[in-house]
Amino acid sequence: MAAEDDFEARAAVLARVESWRRRAPKLADETITMAHGAGGRAGQSLIEAVIRPAFSNPVLDALDDGAVLDIGDGRPMAVTTDAFVVTPRRFNGGSIGDLAVNGTINDLAAMGAEPAALTVSLVLEEGLAVDELRAIVGDLARAASAAGVPVVTGDTKVVERGAADGCYITTAGLGLVAPGAQLDAAAVRPSDAVVLSGTIGDHGVAVMVARGDLALAADVASDTAPLHELVAALLEAVPDTRWLRDPTRGGVASICNELAAASGLGVELDESALPVRGAVAGACELLGLDPLYIANEGKMLAVVPAEDASAAVAAMRSCEAGADACVVGAITDEHPGLVLVRTGFGGTRIVDMLVGDPLPRIC
Amino acid sequence: MRYVDEFRDPQAARRLLADIAAAAAEQPPRKFMEVCGGHTHAIYRHGIEALLPAGIELIHGPGCPVCVIPMGRVDDAIAVARTEGVTMCCFGDMLRVPGGESTLLEAKARGADVRIVYSPLDALALAARLPERQVVFLAVGFETTAPSTAVTLMQARERGVENFSVFCNHVTIVPPLKAILDSPGLDLDGFLGPGHVSTVIGTRPYRFVAEQYRRPLVTAGFEPVDILQAVLMLLRQLAEGRCEVENQYRRVVAGRGNDRALALLREAFVVRPHFEWRGLGFIAQSALAVAPEFAAWDAELRFEVPGVRVADPKACQCGEVLKGALRPWECKVFGTACTPETPIGTCMVSSEGACAAYYNYGRYSSRSRIPVHAT
Repeated sequence: MAAEDDFEARAAVLARVESWRRRAPKLADETITMAHGAGGRAGQSLIEAVIRPAFSNPVLDALDDGAVLDIGDGRPMAVTTDAFVVTPRRFNGGSIGDLAVNGTINDLAAMGAEPAALTVSLVLEEGLAVDELRAIVGDLARAASAAGVPVVTGDTKVVERGAADGCYITTAGLGLVAPGAQLDAAAVRPSDAVVLSGTIGDHGVAVMVARGDLALAADVASDTAPLHELVAALLEAVPDTRWLRDPTRGGVASICNELAAASGLGVELDESALPVRGAVAGACELLGLDPLYIANEGKMLAVVPAEDASAAVAAMRSCEAGADACVVGAITDEHPGLVLVRTGFGGTRIVDMLVGDPLPRIC
Repeated sequence: MRYVDEFRDPQAARRLLADIAAAAAEQPPRKFMEVCGGHTHAIYRHGIEALLPAGIELIHGPGCPVCVIPMGRVDDAIAVARTEGVTMCCFGDMLRVPGGESTLLEAKARGADVRIVYSPLDALALAARLPERQVVFLAVGFETTAPSTAVTLMQARERGVENFSVFCNHVTIVPPLKAILDSPGLDLDGFLGPGHVSTVIGTRPYRFVAEQYRRPLVTAGFEPVDILQAVLMLLRQLAEGRCEVENQYRRVVAGRGNDRALALLREAFVVRPHFEWRGLGFIAQSALAVAPEFAAWDAELRFEVPGVRVADPKACQCGEVLKGALRPWECKVFGTACTPETPIGTCMVSSEGACAAYYNYGRYSSRSRIPVHAT
């Protein structure tokens, strides 16, 4: 530990660093690199520098995973869209078709919306086997029907060999926001509980194993699943739920950072409470990855008032997708804007936005 | 997880912290250098720094393989990667290491075929799958990773894989340790010796630290309990007036090292007369080159390598950080001009680099939270 007289000098440096971090991210790169797609800071700076300024409006500027619009006379409508480029297209526990449906449903669910309809656009590369396309479309259809959400329109395009990698899918989703749902990072309060619907890192590790370039055998299945019923159960049990987000790319670490930034409060996670399957923990240990940064495709993170924490856990556990739900942390005003993990024996470490990309094209 | 969980046991850690606090209370303030980047990473990842009593400071040493690669070698790697027909394979950390002008990540975005592998054998397997490409493995690391590169070279020769080569940047741990001990104004009371390097070279090569430089050294494992136990062993040596090389990491490290791995290194590599270290300058006999018997698989002979020395950016103080003369946060550009997203220096790139570890994990510290007191 630094000597006492260093403490103030160090605190001054840390204060300067924090103020630099709050500056708007600047895009220095001249070309797109894989880091811009990783769900971390490079992606944020790309959006801030190129994309948001082009469209800027109050709905978009919230930079949520979807938008809530008051365009009719009835309940607010939620809309979201997502592109899917995962490689390989099939992995233990699912395929690009499952992700394309469940990912969009979960973005709607995270806005407190009941999904009503999906659209599907396919970009196909010349040379793709029709049998594979049939299988992917079959997965899409099965996932949509299992979730009870119809695919109501779509589009298909074909590009020359080499202009895409097999098959990319874009889906959009429409839904109506549940009556009474008031999800807003501004509603988050110190001492609120952070609840997670189950184990982390399953999807990322399953895809990594499926790539087969890792001489790694682990019995891990992707957690891809629709979470709208889980969210409906949660909102019914805990109408005061403050904020929801599904931790996909960049993992729980990245969305907690988004939460800290948007709420102006700190997030404190308890490392020993984080549910991680043994095989996932083992693979991460071997590869030097942190499960907090690994993508999930069937998990929801909720912020609820502390007194509602056990009701939230019970509501999630009443659904199959939330069987391992638990409280993983709390909101604090002690370190605004920062996410900390309390390690097993009382130490702490910062959990920052992802830099670089350990696992590209995970969804 | 067996062999992991028991070394992250909070109760064992608390007991050790209480013993450390008691031992430290009877001594002047101590500065220990952890030589290995793996230790630096573990210290921050588990929040150990904030748990140690105020009189004990851990200084981060030069043992991060990515951190010590000079900019000129990164430029060389980029030049090879840009060569027509080349597929460059490297560990993920190397992608973002800044060279004189750009990084491998940028070279990849501009069309170079750069791929991340987790082992040199993956690169060799890729060469077999891509017979029309020249597959180059960018080898970095200390004696820990060098044996696997050696095995890969041997397999390449055995199987006659002609489209594979190694761009070798392997370095050795003892010469930089000696350079640090020789630097003027040395202010260190002892060393945490690198655990994984020692599984290969054993603990005997460190004897000079105790015998010539009169500093105790304890070879340590990488879990929190390992590191705390090694700190306690150092404090006890100092309290008892001993100055020895001790081995905390007995479950893995044998005193004499691993004969087989050492034989592999002798067969596949030769010691370079000198090699440039980022921030430390040229150090004699501190790095390995592919041995003449494997010349056919040596990328430095197969490809045009500029081999130009690039001076470190003026603002960068990585050298001082690597020597332990400067704490990461004392560097003028720490966390402002130099961050993990836009690193100026190598120490900010790898998660084992002192600056990146401090920036990513240790930026926040609240001393009021320290929960352990000597009783």
